[in-house]
This record gives sequence, C-alpha cells and structure tokens, in this order.
Amino acid sequence: MVERRPLLDLLAHAVMVLGLLIVAFPLYLAFVASTHTAQDILQAPMPLLPGAHLWENYAAALTGQGGGAGSNAPAARMMWISLVTALVITFGKITISLLSAFALVYFRFPFRSLFFWAIFITLMLPVEVRIGPTYQVVSDLGMLNSYAGLTVPLIASATATFLFRQFFLTVPDELLEAARMDGAGPLRFFKDILLPLSRTSIAALFVIQFIYGWNQYLWPLLATTSEDMYPVVVGIKRMIAGGDSGNEWNIVMATAILAMLPPAVVVVFMQRWFIKGLVDTEK
Amino acid sequence: MEKRVFFKSTWLPWALLAPQLVIVSVFFFLPAGQALVQSLQEQDAFGLSVNWVGLDNFKILLSDSAYLESFQTTAVFSILVAVLGIALSLILAVFADRIIRGALVYRTMLIVPYAVAPAVAGVLWVFMFSPSIGVVSYALSHSLGFEWNHLLNSTHAMALIVTAAVWKQISYNFLFFLAGMQSIPKSLIEAAAMDGARPWRRFWTIQFPLLSPTTFFLLVINMVYAFFDTFAIIDATTHGGPGRDTVILVYKVYQDGFKGGDIGGAAAQSVILMIVVVAMTVFQFRYIEKKVNY
Repeated sequence: MVERRPLLDLLAHAVMVLGLLIVAFPLYLAFVASTHTAQDILQAPMPLLPGAHLWENYAAALTGQGGGAGSNAPAARMMWISLVTALVITFGKITISLLSAFALVYFRFPFRSLFFWAIFITLMLPVEVRIGPTYQVVSDLGMLNSYAGLTVPLIASATATFLFRQFFLTVPDELLEAARMDGAGPLRFFKDILLPLSRTSIAALFVIQFIYGWNQYLWPLLATTSEDMYPVVVGIKRMIAGGDSGNEWNIVMATAILAMLPPAVVVVFMQRWFIKGLVDTEK
Repeated sequence: MEKRVFFKSTWLPWALLAPQLVIVSVFFFLPAGQALVQSLQEQDAFGLSVNWVGLDNFKILLSDSAYLESFQTTAVFSILVAVLGIALSLILAVFADRIIRGALVYRTMLIVPYAVAPAVAGVLWVFMFSPSIGVVSYALSHSLGFEWNHLLNSTHAMALIVTAAVWKQISYNFLFFLAGMQSIPKSLIEAAAMDGARPWRRFWTIQFPLLSPTTFFLLVINMVYAFFDTFAIIDATTHGGPGRDTVILVYKVYQDGFKGGDIGGAAAQSVILMIVVVAMTVFQFRYIEKKVNY
C-alpha cells in the first residue's frame, strides 16, 4: 500500500478474520456434528467442539449403516457415481470442445458460421430451463438411471468450445506454417503443437467442469430413480426426511463433509488454474 | 478475428465437429424446440391426447396469481442475493487488497464455498437454522429472545435461502473483485495519496468507479445465478414453503411439470424463462459492455 497505516491494516485483518469466521462456521459446524452421536445433536444446543465418534460416523455413512428416517444409501457408492459422472462430464466436454474448436478455427468449410452460432446459442440456456423436454428425450432413449443419462445432456454446452476457440485464435500462424513446411498434417499439428500449448487452458477447464459436474443437482434428481444411481449431492438431500428428530444428523453431516471434500480439494490445490478458469470462462 | 492460414480438407472438419453437433442437437435443440411446441399444446395427464391451444398456456400463466407471485418472489430473491452478495464481497475484497502478509491464506479459505454444492449448502444452513435443533436459532431465541421459524414465517424462509445463496456465491464475487482491484494501476492510487486523499476517499473516487465494469458484470452473473442455480438450495431448505412463499420460477417449472403433470403449462414457463435469460444475456452484451466505462 501507498502509506503506512497500522490501524487500518489491523482493521483489514479484523474484517477478513470476521468474514472467514462467518464463511467457515457452517463448514465447522458440519464437521463437529459429524463427530457426535445423533442424540447429542438433538439435545439443543448441540456441542460446539468435536466429539469422539468421528470414525464410526464416517464408517456408517460410507457403508449406509445409518438408521435415519430418510434414505440410508451407502455414501461410498454415491461418491463413486459422482466421481464417474464428474469425470465423464469433464473429459467429454473438454474432448469434444477441443475437436470442434480446432475445426472452427483451422478449417474453412461451408456453413461454418452457422455452426458457430448454433454452438454459441447453447451458452445462453442453462439445463434448468429445458429440463422437461430434455427429460423426455433422455427417457425416450432409455438413458434414465445410467451414466450416459447423467452425463451426456450436461455435456451439451459450449463454454469450453469458446474458451478453446479464443485460445486457438491467439496461437501464432507461424507455428502452423512451420508445421506445414515440415510436412505435418492437420491431426499431427493438433496432437503435437496445439494440444501441448493448450495445457493450461485444459487444466483451468478441468477444475471448473469437475466442480460443475460434481455439484449437479436438478438434473440427476430427474434422471435417476433408483438408489444405486444417486450421486452423493442428490443422495444427501434424500437422507433428510421431514422432522428433525427422525434424522441422524451426525450421519447426514458426515456425508455432507464427504460430498464437499473432492471438489474442495480440487479447488484449493489447483487454485491457480481455478482462478484462471473462472475468469476465462466468464469473460 | 480469423486465421490467415488454414488446412484444407473436405471431410475432416465435419468429422471433428460431429460429436459436438450430435450432442448439441439431440440434447439441446431438440428439447428446446419441444419446449416451444409443447408450450402451444395442451396434454392430458396420461399423454393420451394433445390439442393445439395457441397462446392459451401463456394467457393462463399470466393471469394466474400463483405464477405472478412466483415472478415477484424471484425478483425479490435475486435482487437481494445480487446486492447483498456483491456488497459483502466488495467489502472483503477491499480489505483483502490491503493485506500483504497472509493474503493467500485468506483467499484460499474464502474460495472453499464455491466448491460446495448448492444442495449441500442448503443442508448446512437448514441444519444451523432448524427451529428445534439449530445452533443459530437456539442462540437467537436464548440470547435475543427472537423466535426463528422458517417453516412458518415466510420472511424467515426468504432470509434463510438468501443467506445460503449469498454464502455460496461470495467466493466467486470476491475473486472477481480482488482481480479487479489488483488491475487498477498503482500510480493512480499513489497520485491521489500524494494529493492528500485518504483511503476512504480514494476508494470512493478512484477504486469504486474503476470497478464499475466488474460490478455490473457480477450483477448480471449473480442474477442469473439466483434465477437458475439456486434450485437445489430451495429444494434442500424450504421446498418453496411456507405455502408458496419461496417458490422461485425454476422451482415452479419443476413443481408444475414433474409433480403436477401440467406439461403445457410447464413448457410455457420454460419458454418464458428462456426469454428472461436471453434478455439478460443480451442486456449484458449490448448495454453493460458498452455503456459502463470511465
């Protein structure tokens, strides 16, 4: 900063600490709840310091041994579904987007701008506004309760295509000319020059799309009807049934912590690419 | 912008485009088209008979007080989410910008809510505010004598979903504001400081106006977020209740189409939602990108 103002610096730290406490409190409380017995939590006020039942609660959540009034599906299976779904969405989107962005930037062919706009329009409408008809299409294709049904409709969006197109346009033409002089065809150029250059964009998109895929709720809620195909985000909601006393909140919160862990780890450890991804996909 | 040099091939570009085009047409254009068609039709609950009814679905919707209320609820909700979320994260970003030591720690912890799924965020907040076992509602009633009950009181219910939605979006706003603050040239701030402007004054006369493109961008993004991405928060906390007081538009499409079986009405609602999103996007591109500058 331009001047020394120790008091203002102190205030800045105070505001940040206060902000962090408020932001972190729900997460802390969830963790605390996941270390107590269900009875401890039901006696208001629940304890505010971690208890001694961490392992048994998480084991119960993972294997589906909870006795709550809602669904008691094992979290291990649901986490697996979420992981597969998120990875298929991420890699599916990145792959088809790389290919189509390559075609749109490096080739001239009839109707090119028509396709460009057709893909551009998909940016505007999130899946939430077309759930009804999308559900019918997926159910007509017999894709309910399958990985394909969970993932493919969410791949139908052009965010990644645009990001790659923007990036390809900044790649110097000289690289293409040099590659051609050395006798490289389009696929060779794509594989040996374009892909290595796109590494940071791919990493950035990976973070954004992984979180997007893992955190999906409305679509999986419709596309799955059987308990063994629930992603964990949907499953956790189904564990809560009506009244407070029927729920085993310790198990629910253990599952919540488990559901948050993978995306949180990705965001925190890939922070640099995450921030780049956020800024790039939105601008 | 176009490339000067390119490859020539008659079939390769089509082959490369094919996967995306197939997926986009089957899972995007087909459903979006069907929504348009269905919004002009009336189906009975078993899908046995279909009649063309023209714009009747829209007329019914626009004269339906429940739908208009839902519009109003959505407007209140999204404005509260956008304004509160932007204000809070701007405050955090302004102070974070001053901090040199420990900045990375603050940033890392503030971005975690972004990774939390909206449904999980809803569960966390409903757990804290549950009238019978929640820690916060207990504290409110025992220390302030304030009886919190979002199951009965619709103001409380709205406050709860706004809080959960803002909490989840703070990371996003914060990162954009922080990036915006850091892109303001240091020389401007230093010049103002030389002229005797104190931090408070520098914020209002330099930083805040220079952040206006970021602020307007976030305003649109937050509105879109509140419109569409908050379905899970509402489904996990209030289920649209008490009564219909927290039924936002997306939630109503789901309720009417999947729970109520009113396919034509739900399709008409989808079409209206599409118009709203397109309007917001166009507004952002046309108006904000051009008019907001310094």
